Amino acid sequence: MDREHPNLSEPKTVISLRDLRVSYGEREILHGIHFDVKAGETLVILGGSGSGKSTLLRTLVGLEKPSWGQIWINGQDIAAISNKELYEIRKKTGMSFQGGALFGSMTVGENVALPLREHTKLEDSTIEIMLRLKLEQVGLAGFEYHMPSQLSGGMKKRAAVARALAMDPEILFFDEPSAGLDPIIAAGIDHLILELKKAFHMTIIVVTHELASAFLIADRMVLIDKGNIVAIGTTEEMRSSTQPRVRQFLDRIPEPDVEGELDYLQTLTERYRRRA
Amino acid sequence: MEVVSQIGAGVTDSLAYLGSLAMLGGRAAYYTFIGPFQGKPLRLQSAASQAMEVGVRALPILSLVTFFIGLILALQSAYELSKLGAMTLVAKAVALSMSRELGPLITAIVVIGRSGSAFAAEIGTMKVTEEIDALEVMAISPVHFLVAPKFLAMMVMLPCLTIWANTMGILGGALFGVVQADFTFGRYIQASIESLYLRDILSGLIKSVMFGITITAVGCLEGLSTGGGAEQVGRSTTRAVVISILLVVAVDLVFTGIFFFLGNG
Repeated sequence: MDREHPNLSEPKTVISLRDLRVSYGEREILHGIHFDVKAGETLVILGGSGSGKSTLLRTLVGLEKPSWGQIWINGQDIAAISNKELYEIRKKTGMSFQGGALFGSMTVGENVALPLREHTKLEDSTIEIMLRLKLEQVGLAGFEYHMPSQLSGGMKKRAAVARALAMDPEILFFDEPSAGLDPIIAAGIDHLILELKKAFHMTIIVVTHELASAFLIADRMVLIDKGNIVAIGTTEEMRSSTQPRVRQFLDRIPEPDVEGELDYLQTLTERYRRRA
Repeated sequence: MEVVSQIGAGVTDSLAYLGSLAMLGGRAAYYTFIGPFQGKPLRLQSAASQAMEVGVRALPILSLVTFFIGLILALQSAYELSKLGAMTLVAKAVALSMSRELGPLITAIVVIGRSGSAFAAEIGTMKVTEEIDALEVMAISPVHFLVAPKFLAMMVMLPCLTIWANTMGILGGALFGVVQADFTFGRYIQASIESLYLRDILSGLIKSVMFGITITAVGCLEGLSTGGGAEQVGRSTTRAVVISILLVVAVDLVFTGIFFFLGNG
């Protein structure tokens, strides 16, 4: 396997995936993913349910170990480094989970302040000011004493973004930021991502299956299907793509039905015929 | 052949499980005893609130159960001892069996039901709602943040609860002694104290610390290995209780054996 560090030409490449494969037991979920993300870029990872896009995100933040390949983040292969080194990288990244993943036993303010309390030696008063600032950035000023259970779905996601922003990360990961939200709240979250991008020039990776949101926030997109990259390119390139699988996904065409009785029987018995 | 391979697989799985428990316990011990000297402060506030939950809130139910157990022990031993005309030995029988065996064991069982299951459910739910992943991604070790304070709380509170349980058991025996066996309360208590050596109480307390470690390790490991979905949380909780009871009895056997062969028994 080529372990050479990928070329870091301008603008700086912050994330590079090289032939990334991930397996759960004997089943391979990702079959050799390969792409780069430049600093300050917003990359949207698109894909249907079960395409492997969530596994890809979990692997990018080190929650799943790849079975093969490399993940270079800021010049370090996170698949090959120690837990301690991984923790150092994680201090410079933030992640907003699909359901928020706020700690139910802590107030919103304590949730946002947690990374600061754990990783910095800042005074309580400074932390207090910083957490108010972060909450204001996501439009939740004044909610620091609320419990997560008192917040709506959209507010929980905003609070989760505030927590992800606490350590002023260089890279921000979003898992399905608009899933389960009504269109207005979802648009608000998209707007928030755009604002963060504009204000802090962060590198942002978003996993989603919401097309409208993807086209609004992305600089580039990756379409993943059954663990392989189908297409990668700018939003314009994706829009004008003629690849059948890309068109099917973007034009929302359902999988073709199985035609005829013979085909149906063949699909049912396929596994056994193959085994034989 | 299949039976042999199944038994083999079972043994391997069990050994792997014990290995995981030991690893979790080891990491928690690191964060409790070594981490504080390496700039990873102990989460004392969290440990204190866990101690409150595990220890203080268990007192009413534990008092009731061990008081009754003491009373039952007195009744059972009096049944035989009265035939020998040795009713005065009831106090000794109750005091010894409570402090050497039943005090620690009953305490452990009550704590498994209250706290071992709660650990598995709490951590399991956090796993399902991605809160454990969130800790990892924020570069906060879940073992440091969640597991180590529980270990500390259990290692401190189980011996305390055991002393309380022994006392309540002896008081239960005293009720029988006073009502049925011509003891005065003072004489019963004195007879109990005289029949106990420090080693009887200490062996029970050492066992209770080991029980605390076992219950926490199983509860937390089951929580951390919960799969997706609410159903899995229930499954983890059940497994935590069943495995804890099994392992507590096994640990009890091992330590009672050790004390016996050391001549302390």
